[in-house]
Amino acid sequence: MHIYILKRLGLAVLVALAVSMIAFLLLRLSGDPAIAIAGEGATQADIVLVRQTYGFDRPLPVQYAEWLGRTLRGDLGESIYFKTPAAPLILSKLQTTMVLGLLALAFALLISVPLGVLAALYRNSWIDRFCLGLAVVGQALPNFFFALLLIMLFSISLRWLPVSGSDSWQHFIMPTVALGYYAAPAFMRLIRAGMIEVLDADYIRTARAKGLPASAVIFKHALRNAVVPVVALTAVQLGYLLGGSVVIETIFALDGLGYLAYQSITFKDFPVMQSIVLLLSVIYVVLTLASDVANAWLDPRIRVA
Amino acid sequence: MGPLPQAASELPVLLPAARGWWPRIWRNKAVTVGGGLLLLMVLIALLAPWLSPHDPYAQDLTQRTVPPVWYEAGSWLHPMGTDPLGRDYLSRLFYGARISLLIGLSVALISGLIGTTMGMLAGYFGGKADLIVSFLVTVRLSMPVILVALATVALIGGSLWVVIMVLGLLKWDRFAVVMRSATQQVRSLDYVAAAQAAGASTKRVLLGEVLPNVLPHLIVVATLEAASAILLEAALSFLGLGVQPPLPSWGLMISEAKVYMFFSFWLIAIPGSALALLIFAINLTGDGLRDLLAPEGRA
Repeated sequence: MHIYILKRLGLAVLVALAVSMIAFLLLRLSGDPAIAIAGEGATQADIVLVRQTYGFDRPLPVQYAEWLGRTLRGDLGESIYFKTPAAPLILSKLQTTMVLGLLALAFALLISVPLGVLAALYRNSWIDRFCLGLAVVGQALPNFFFALLLIMLFSISLRWLPVSGSDSWQHFIMPTVALGYYAAPAFMRLIRAGMIEVLDADYIRTARAKGLPASAVIFKHALRNAVVPVVALTAVQLGYLLGGSVVIETIFALDGLGYLAYQSITFKDFPVMQSIVLLLSVIYVVLTLASDVANAWLDPRIRVA
Repeated sequence: MGPLPQAASELPVLLPAARGWWPRIWRNKAVTVGGGLLLLMVLIALLAPWLSPHDPYAQDLTQRTVPPVWYEAGSWLHPMGTDPLGRDYLSRLFYGARISLLIGLSVALISGLIGTTMGMLAGYFGGKADLIVSFLVTVRLSMPVILVALATVALIGGSLWVVIMVLGLLKWDRFAVVMRSATQQVRSLDYVAAAQAAGASTKRVLLGEVLPNVLPHLIVVATLEAASAILLEAALSFLGLGVQPPLPSWGLMISEAKVYMFFSFWLIAIPGSALALLIFAINLTGDGLRDLLAPEGRA
């Protein structure tokens, strides 16, 4: 178990390093960042000054090493647009996005677990077909379009919920639904497939033969074993949800990391943009690492792999 | 870290190319309904210049925000109404299908080429090649596609071709994962061993023996990835960092109509529904093909 965890940890560090390199190089894609930072109408002297202030005139590996060193110490540079240090700015928005991501995940599980179990129990019946149909339709609905439909219905027609902002818990309802529904079909299919496989297993037949009530067989014996692959998917989906928050937070003007990412991209605020790409990637790496360890703990067979 | 399927057994065994494909396709409702819808939309895209009642770029400032024909103020002159610049909405919708389908097809081609090459090399050679490819896939999966795509498009400048290239270079991960497993599975089969024993070159074995036998998986992944690319382009264009005006991308149409949605909801409902219908058709076809090509995979 320890060796397995150490190996996974080493891989995670390597992946994080590679991601940091890409995040660093990403901003050099536009050519000379000094020109972009100096803005339109800047003179040649301005550009040279910016280049020297930010250190863009040195070799790339040197710049990368220096940037990585500063980043590891928690210094993410200064926001070009907000004129404040980037690290506290990003951290102040992280909570909103984590809350939104977890709420969306909870919402997705709340719909997908019952539907997945039902579809598996009544395999090939109209209930099963209805659930699978719902999944296909759900996956076809673009999340930004669905978000606008929600606004139209609940904010404009019914006047139940606020359109945008992040001041109260009501502001989180529509973003949660708009972000979470898209993850539900994947969970539902996995739970359905897992349940079907488990329900055919010998120990379920034994449990039934012992005369255990159906609910105990389904929830205590079957569902518990069917959720093992769901743990791995949860980490992956949470990563997608954090990425999707860029679109959803922008629509609802929810003041989180996703909205900040969108702002930094439109304002060409390089240090903030770069730091958010890095932060979200590292969160994903940590999440998948955690889910791997959790899976190894749940299923000892994985540890030897 | 690597939630890559470790064993080849995670992929369903494909049926041998049996006789009587057509009856099976006809009986598969997902493929017939989804494929029929998709075919219809491809036809609309191809025939857009002949089907469109107006020039999709022609502005008529006397005919701004005319509602569709089913509203009282609507007329058959503009069956789907006009946008706030007085451009015919139906014509823009038809031309928009071209953009979506072009994005789906090109991104699937580019990312499919990259991902399939990586996946087949990893699956066939194993060892170091497998380690490197698995590492690259893990790194790629760690970075949120939408964020990296937004940042890249913002830095380079948005245009149809930039969006296609950026998405094509980002979306190869699932191709690599599936092709790797499929190749691992095929590699140990007798006909591959026979080809190797007959002295066929590696290139010949990979292209002549392995590729044709992993093709069904490739088609299924390509279908679903095309849908995902179309959705991503729409989201990018919706945020103003994708295809640029005046091109009639459906995502861009929704974005341009956003401010008017309180009074003219149909302005976002029409392109939004078109987008949902196209994704629905592609996903249904892909799911149906998967069931058809690999019935055991249904569970």
